[in-house]
Amino acid sequence: MAINWYRYASPATFYPVAGRLAPAFGALAAIFAAAGLWIGFALAPTDATQGEAYRIIFVHVPTAWMAMFVYLVMAFWSALALAFNARLSAMMAQALAPTGALMAALALWTGAFWGRPTWGTYWAWDARMTSTLILLFLYLGVIALRGAIDDPRRADRACAVLALVGAVNVPIIYFSVQWWNTLHQGATVSLTAAPKMASLMLAGMLVMSFAAWFWCIAAALWRVRAIILERERGSAWVAALPETNLRAA
Amino acid sequence: MAGRREGDDGEPGGVLAGLGWALARDLRLAVRTRSELAVQLLFYAIVVTLFPLATTPERTLLMTMGPGVLWVAALLASLLSLPRMFALDQADGTLEQMALSPWPLPAIVSGKILAHWLTTGLPVVLLAPLAALQYGLDGEAIAVLVAGLALGTPILSLLGAIGAALTLGVRGAGGLLALLVLPLYVPVLIFGAGAVDAVRAGLGADANLSLLGAGLIVAALGAPFAAASAVRIALD
Repeated sequence: MAINWYRYASPATFYPVAGRLAPAFGALAAIFAAAGLWIGFALAPTDATQGEAYRIIFVHVPTAWMAMFVYLVMAFWSALALAFNARLSAMMAQALAPTGALMAALALWTGAFWGRPTWGTYWAWDARMTSTLILLFLYLGVIALRGAIDDPRRADRACAVLALVGAVNVPIIYFSVQWWNTLHQGATVSLTAAPKMASLMLAGMLVMSFAAWFWCIAAALWRVRAIILERERGSAWVAALPETNLRAA
Repeated sequence: MAGRREGDDGEPGGVLAGLGWALARDLRLAVRTRSELAVQLLFYAIVVTLFPLATTPERTLLMTMGPGVLWVAALLASLLSLPRMFALDQADGTLEQMALSPWPLPAIVSGKILAHWLTTGLPVVLLAPLAALQYGLDGEAIAVLVAGLALGTPILSLLGAIGAALTLGVRGAGGLLALLVLPLYVPVLIFGAGAVDAVRAGLGADANLSLLGAGLIVAALGAPFAAASAVRIALD
């Protein structure tokens, strides 16, 4: 079965599809989150060295993964937007940026709350924390550039170039921060030497990762619907939508 | 334009002709606005002076933070001069003519980047030993600092050109430029300042300088194309 991708590249066709997919992914996210939190807080054993404080990893690790992954997805849509001059791809990239920034912020926030009881400090200049912070700055740069340009088509392409330059730089930044960290810090703060994880802990983390994944998809789809409506507000198909004709109804 | 006959699309001569023309033009403009260049250098000198005043004149501490301070000041000085790269040319329509010229735009952009480095990066490289003396760095550390700056400041101009082109004619361009460009400068800062730290710790700075050199090659091959496409986006 060949799917006609070009058909779905039109905002008019994608808008109702996204409207059906977003609640489905939202429901999946809720189910997985409920299951993951139940595993994490009710079933998983207390950690021998970190006590109950470790349980924040069920939020922390999935958000940190998504923060990195969403940037890659955003760069992918940006590349498509530049290569094919596709409006919907640019809208997807635009819709993903706030979600990714939120994930990075959550990862930093939960990391700080985890660090306080276990390392005794909210913030250490650990390689992963520092590079996540810089990743957050990269997201905020894309969002700020978008906000500063009035013409949406110009903003699309400018943000796409920036996202791609950032995507090339992210591994270099990560490597350089790690380099700097090993030179300055030694092994004062290290999670890599953590003892082997109980299988229930791992299961909880994986289930929560799926929840974060589905939530990101649902949030991006919901946001892209709003973006489509805003950008296409002059077109006939938007004027014919039932949700834009509340007064007539 | 003088080069219209010799430089058709795709001819290798067009690349060098475009680069050389833009370089000569921007250098000539820079010489005619000398006072602006002096302001960049004074900015660097003042930022470097502020740090001991804000912390302590104690020699050991200054030696520890000196390389970092000198590098951060170089980053800020580069950032300060970035809007000059394209904004004036866009305002009077020259940039549009450059984009229309038969020379490849990345070549012209490369010439402008090189001119930017020669007028703002190179002076910082030359001024750095003096500032390093104020921070009590010794001969070997100063040599590594200068080598690192010589390799690293062109990367700042290259990456900065992308940011400068993206923020052309945009609301609040100055602050936005800092937000876009400074995170991308992080690796240069780390390897550059780290080179001096490494040599002071007796480790040798070869690895850091090699990485800076590799970064320079990658940036020189990639950044002009990204900056040129950003210029085209801004001109649409």
